[in-house]
Amino acid sequence: MKTPRIPAMPMTRRGVMQSAAAVTAAGLILPHSAMPARAQTRGGTFRVGIGHGSTTDSLDPGLWENLYVQTFAACRHNYLIEVGSDGQLVPEIAESWDTTDGSTWVFTIRQGVTFHSGKDVTAEDVVASINHHRGDDSTSVVKPLLAAITDVRADGNTVVVTLEAPNADLPYLMTDYHIPVMPGMDGRIDPASTDGCGGYIVESFEHGVQSTVTRNPNYWKSDRAWFDRVELVSILDPAARLNALITGEVHLIDQVDPATIGMLESRGVARILSIPGNAHYGFPMDSRQAPYDDNNVRLALKYALDREAMVDVILGGHGAVSNDNPIGPANRYFNTEMEMKTYDPDRARFHLREAGLDSLDVTIAVADAAFSGAVDAGAMFSETARAAGINLEVNRVPNDGYWSNVWLNPNGDTPFCATYWGGRAVEDHMFTTAYAAGADWNEGHWSNDRFNELLVAARSEVDESLRREMYMEMQQIVSFEGSTIIPMYNNYVMAVANDIATPEQISANWNFDGFRCVERWWMA
Amino acid sequence: MGFATSVLLGLAGLFALAWVLRAGARSILTGQSRSIANDIPLTAAFGLLVIAIYAAVAIAAPALAPFPEREIVGGQFQAWSAEHLLGTDRIGRDMLSRLIYGARNTVGIAFATTALAFVVGSILGLWAALTGGWLDQVLSRFVDALMSIPALIFSLLLLTIFGTSVLTLILVIAAVDATRVFRLARAVAQGIVVMDYIEAAKLRGEGAWFLIRREILPNAMAPLVAEFGLRFCFVFLTISSLSFLGLGIKPPTADWGSMVRDNATLITFGDVTPLLPAGCIALLTVAVNFVVDWQLHRASGLKES
Amino acid sequence: MIALRLALGIGLLFIVSLIIFGATELLPGDLAQQILGQGATPETLAALREQLGLNDPAPVRYWNWLSGALTGDFGVSLSNGRPISELIGARLGNTVFLALYAAALAVPISLILGILAALWRNSIFDRAANAGALTAISFPEFFVAYILVLWLAQTGLFPSMVRINPTTTFGDRIYMTFLPALTLTLVVTAHMMRMTRAAIINLMASPYIEMARLKGLSPLRIVLRHALPNALAPIINVIALNLAYLITGVVVVEVVFVYPGLGQLMVDAVSNRDIAVVQAVALIFAGAYVALNLIADVLSTITNPRLMHRR
Repeated sequence: MKTPRIPAMPMTRRGVMQSAAAVTAAGLILPHSAMPARAQTRGGTFRVGIGHGSTTDSLDPGLWENLYVQTFAACRHNYLIEVGSDGQLVPEIAESWDTTDGSTWVFTIRQGVTFHSGKDVTAEDVVASINHHRGDDSTSVVKPLLAAITDVRADGNTVVVTLEAPNADLPYLMTDYHIPVMPGMDGRIDPASTDGCGGYIVESFEHGVQSTVTRNPNYWKSDRAWFDRVELVSILDPAARLNALITGEVHLIDQVDPATIGMLESRGVARILSIPGNAHYGFPMDSRQAPYDDNNVRLALKYALDREAMVDVILGGHGAVSNDNPIGPANRYFNTEMEMKTYDPDRARFHLREAGLDSLDVTIAVADAAFSGAVDAGAMFSETARAAGINLEVNRVPNDGYWSNVWLNPNGDTPFCATYWGGRAVEDHMFTTAYAAGADWNEGHWSNDRFNELLVAARSEVDESLRREMYMEMQQIVSFEGSTIIPMYNNYVMAVANDIATPEQISANWNFDGFRCVERWWMA
Repeated sequence: MGFATSVLLGLAGLFALAWVLRAGARSILTGQSRSIANDIPLTAAFGLLVIAIYAAVAIAAPALAPFPEREIVGGQFQAWSAEHLLGTDRIGRDMLSRLIYGARNTVGIAFATTALAFVVGSILGLWAALTGGWLDQVLSRFVDALMSIPALIFSLLLLTIFGTSVLTLILVIAAVDATRVFRLARAVAQGIVVMDYIEAAKLRGEGAWFLIRREILPNAMAPLVAEFGLRFCFVFLTISSLSFLGLGIKPPTADWGSMVRDNATLITFGDVTPLLPAGCIALLTVAVNFVVDWQLHRASGLKES
Repeated sequence: MIALRLALGIGLLFIVSLIIFGATELLPGDLAQQILGQGATPETLAALREQLGLNDPAPVRYWNWLSGALTGDFGVSLSNGRPISELIGARLGNTVFLALYAAALAVPISLILGILAALWRNSIFDRAANAGALTAISFPEFFVAYILVLWLAQTGLFPSMVRINPTTTFGDRIYMTFLPALTLTLVVTAHMMRMTRAAIINLMASPYIEMARLKGLSPLRIVLRHALPNALAPIINVIALNLAYLITGVVVVEVVFVYPGLGQLMVDAVSNRDIAVVQAVALIFAGAYVALNLIADVLSTITNPRLMHRR
């Protein structure tokens, strides 16, 4: 089965990418200080300052959720399959994989790989690692993702996965960061263990503070994991992160405050990497609840915000406008043909009239926990909406508990709020997770018959052009009838010190070069 | 360092103005007010002048501000210019206008909060000291328990439970502050309730409310006023620290505490923008406490300088 | 008297544990939702709640916690299963170290400034020290910290963040924690200095000071030998309050300097609804508060013989 190719860097797209074109180029083609990035060198200590991490983080892979644990995992673990810098699937612990009908998948396990403990990596370990996320007593967050798997078994040095229905994208699911290959014992993994088969061995860790790993001398990849030592430090305060980078305490930081990017660059100590991906910020509306049950009201709101201005201000230009489309420019079937929605108060008024309204009073609940700048974005939305006769009140809610009490409208009092999605490498993954009728994370509580029909059909469609057509139509439906306003795709913005060299291409699949900066980067 | 120079010049100007006004008051006023004007130190005159200016700005905010409080009128972080005297903020609102409206919102909220905390805290404190017995014990132990929980974390808990509207913000901060006021008021009043004149009033058959209002409060006023000055200013800081932890005043309301927080990363690059709201808070704090010090000095009856 | 105070203190800890438990119960959302976050589904939530024992009624959970705590077993952190004593141990040390460090800087500075200000009251020095101290406390803590980092860390004099581990030597620790300690010093000095000054000046109108003055003693001697000893009680009390603040209230400074102390742990635990950790830290904080107040009272009594014979 051929692995589908993701055009990772669509730099010359028209329309939607215009405002970000310059930035995209800057992020891709590194400033000359980083060039030439040729011969990799071994050695050095790589220190990373991460704006996440908490004393209550868990080692259990089924509960991982923030960049700190994700990067820590990438240090010590390998996966069945890796997403390469160019978006292609790269064999990792699975040497190869194959299917005949799309329902039964056979993964051949690489021989001669050992865990840090010295134990060989076997097919049984892989089965135990996958099964940790299945079954009734599993608490894994990817349990729904693997729900279609009916059986996983080891057969010699292969692992056979059976699905209830064909899915061409199963290998992509196996790249999910929650599913590392860990040593199994009686068919189970020890979720509290830090043993893995990755490039670095854990020396010490204290959650919410710091972890230290040293190079695995027996690592099976000879062209990876260049550093002798990696230290991950949790630095939650944005200014403290900047200061740590400027004073040389760390080499790499995430979430650079857009307002300070220019000033940081002019310091000359670090360069900005701005990587466009599928991540997006949005404002979901509960379509079960008035007035959001009327698509005209939803459209009015979609025309009442200034997407360009939001990209400029909230993202500091490090992103691109989105046409209320959760499928991003790094996806295979990204739809660029749709009519672009722009800020148009008259059009918004028109849709309000269509809905039988003269004016609209709504409240949006925002917190910076949803995405950094969400409160400001709400204030901007409110300002532009006023010209369209929409009185949008911004309700700033506590960061604390945002995802459990506000998002998804569990109490019925926050039908309109803010959201963030990391994006998904494949369209089906994104749509099934957040737009299929009845999906747990369907944040708009939205249901569209035509869309749901297409979603199931496209999953097992083998004709490439038919499949493309289906996904194009689905995006059209989500964009113009959906219940989530998506104004922008945000780039992954990180700042890296000049003494660290980075490859020419940085992965658009997740932050920090797909969390693999610890493996792929080296000391300049 | 044009900024530092202009700040120093501004402060010197305020002092000079205060000196001129005091001299003017001395020559114009007569009688009681004249003696106050003669007595007032320059620092207190400065404090009064600053407070007067803040009050005027707060009252006349809509007339003074060149732009509306919430309107986006320019790009992000525009430099100081003729149109936007202090530039624009993170989402392109006029900084000067936000500062001016901030005076109204921040000072209003801080005043409401502190006043509430003092009314509740001092009445309960004086009452506990006056009544004594189990009431005193229960109230004091309860307040002790509340005080032993870190204020910021306790506020965080309460605000998460009750939401973050301006009203709950005022109530929560006032509740936390009131425990501190209670303790002080009770301590001060304990020294007063044993005095003979309280005994006499009790024998006259006066009620507790009368005793608190007419006998104890006037004599406990000085330390309470001093505390008021500091607590008033701490409200700004509490709001600022809360916004550091992701709570605080709701947008688009302009308030200095949150404005410091919003722009704080810029200080890393030596940009003065976050100094503006912080400076507004600092100037008011110093001014209020200069006046408080003067009042304390007068109350203590210590005549030497 | 001390025994009574101790009994009261223990009663107070009990009340605190009740208040904290009640407040965390009222918080929206629970531990299972916080752990699963955006990934929560009804099914995984139910499984995790079962695992964590969150389905018991609140009084049962409180009793379970209390009976453990009474036997010295604070249990394990619910969110990652680590023993709480282990989680807290190192952080408690860090918190106490920083508090003592800041106090070692702040207490002498504020006493000296306060005494000098009282000595030269209403002079330019007095006004300037007063205005300076007030300005320092009227900036938010994180802001003071940023400015210190700008001046002292970006120039390479001190590190901008604290990176300590068990092998760090004492000297390195002093050097690395200088900026957080200095920030806290600036934050607490004003309060103690103003109290010192006020307490001394309060006594300056007393007849016995007048007497000393008439005897022709030097002003410095009057302040140090005659006024200060009698002004110690309020000064000690305000120092105790500030020490308690240095232990319990420094979460913002911890965040800015990435200092692994108890404050950050408590905030994390609150937002994760990890009630066992919240309780344990709250009790440490309350205990520190009670102990410091007790010590302050004892010290005030010792320094003022009249208080000792009051009853």
